[in-house]
Amino acid sequence: MTSVTLRSHGFRLAMAAAISLCLGAAHAEETTTNVMIDNFTFQPAELTVKVGTTVTWKNRDDIPHTVVSAGKFRSKTMDTDDSFTFTFTAAGDYKYFCSLHPHMTGMIKVE
Amino acid sequence: MSGFDHDHDNEGPGVSRRRVLECMTWAGTGVLWTISGGVPRSLGLVGSAQAAESAGMTFLQISDSHVGFDKPANPNALGTLEEAIAKINAMPAKPSFMIHTGDISHLSKPVEFDNADRIISQAKLDVHYVPGEHDFLDEENKLYKERYGRGAKGAGWYSFDADGVHFIGLVNVVNLKAGGLGNLGSEQLEWLEDDLKGKSKSTPIVVFAHIPLWTVYPEWGWGTEDGARALDYLKGFGSVTVLNGHIHQVMQKVEGNVTFHTARSTAFPQPAPGTAPSPGPMKVADDKLRGLLGVASINFKRGTQNLAIIDTPLQG
Repeated sequence: MTSVTLRSHGFRLAMAAAISLCLGAAHAEETTTNVMIDNFTFQPAELTVKVGTTVTWKNRDDIPHTVVSAGKFRSKTMDTDDSFTFTFTAAGDYKYFCSLHPHMTGMIKVE
Repeated sequence: MSGFDHDHDNEGPGVSRRRVLECMTWAGTGVLWTISGGVPRSLGLVGSAQAAESAGMTFLQISDSHVGFDKPANPNALGTLEEAIAKINAMPAKPSFMIHTGDISHLSKPVEFDNADRIISQAKLDVHYVPGEHDFLDEENKLYKERYGRGAKGAGWYSFDADGVHFIGLVNVVNLKAGGLGNLGSEQLEWLEDDLKGKSKSTPIVVFAHIPLWTVYPEWGWGTEDGARALDYLKGFGSVTVLNGHIHQVMQKVEGNVTFHTARSTAFPQPAPGTAPSPGPMKVADDKLRGLLGVASINFKRGTQNLAIIDTPLQG
């Protein structure tokens, strides 16, 4: 369910989509784009996506959490059932954590 | 349920595992602390006969009010805070003041702070606050700083003296590092070192902060990364008492001259370390909840070496 919406940044996303298609043809990629927060853990803790993929984190705990990747993205505080979305436009390893409960860590690998 | 005896003269350097586990099963409104001859002791339950008999200076600790929390573990956290304050008002001996060890609000909303203030002020006591991570959720932590942090340093740390006891309020909920625990930071540690400079080693010290300064359970983030550095500065002092919240249950450890103690929440209980998949709010039967919430009262009496802590549940 790697959906790429072409709105602004049309060219960059189009390029990204083209690249993803190439990669997709070469080897089957993880298509999950949701990360659930349950019991103070990110699930899956590590997720590999293609450039241009939009990832949505959803907090299903009774306690607020955040998703923070230093210098890359920072969610507002997510209360129960709140979510945060970020579109990855560049390849790389994005380590992130919950700034309220720093023992909660995760990683998005963007290829 | 009786008071917890902090006199460990005949017990060697620590508390037995069994004692700690006994502590952990307690439930209460708060801890009543009494400081006697430089050492804080727990008296037992707020409102107990022991509290009535105690002399010396007594102050109260409340923690983790989480005003705004409305999930199944306690749909009415404001109501149980109100019950805790009523319990304090019914105490036979009025405490000198109160400390609040953080998580006043659940989501740092103005209405949550307003409601907390409206209820807590009914105790008609001075309240010395330190922030929890739930009090710092707004942009630049403005709301907490405006309401509680005036005159404090940095993110809200400060010290004051009362009845010959030196109180130090620390902040260990900002600039947390990925994979890490609570954090004090070098600026605050330097301030602490400076604050303690020139203090007589016989000065009783009470340190309070939200997250435990000692490592309770790192798997759940229950500890402070650089807490040991703070404790280094406290070496040599005859009596050091460290009061924390955050883990929503009573836990105690004695290490040499340092007594560590955590207070119950007034909002919802959390599981004992490792007994649940996560440290999230623990749902218990409705008739059990008030046995797991509470406050603490601390009595300090000159001439003895113990500070007495009483953990009092809202019920039971």
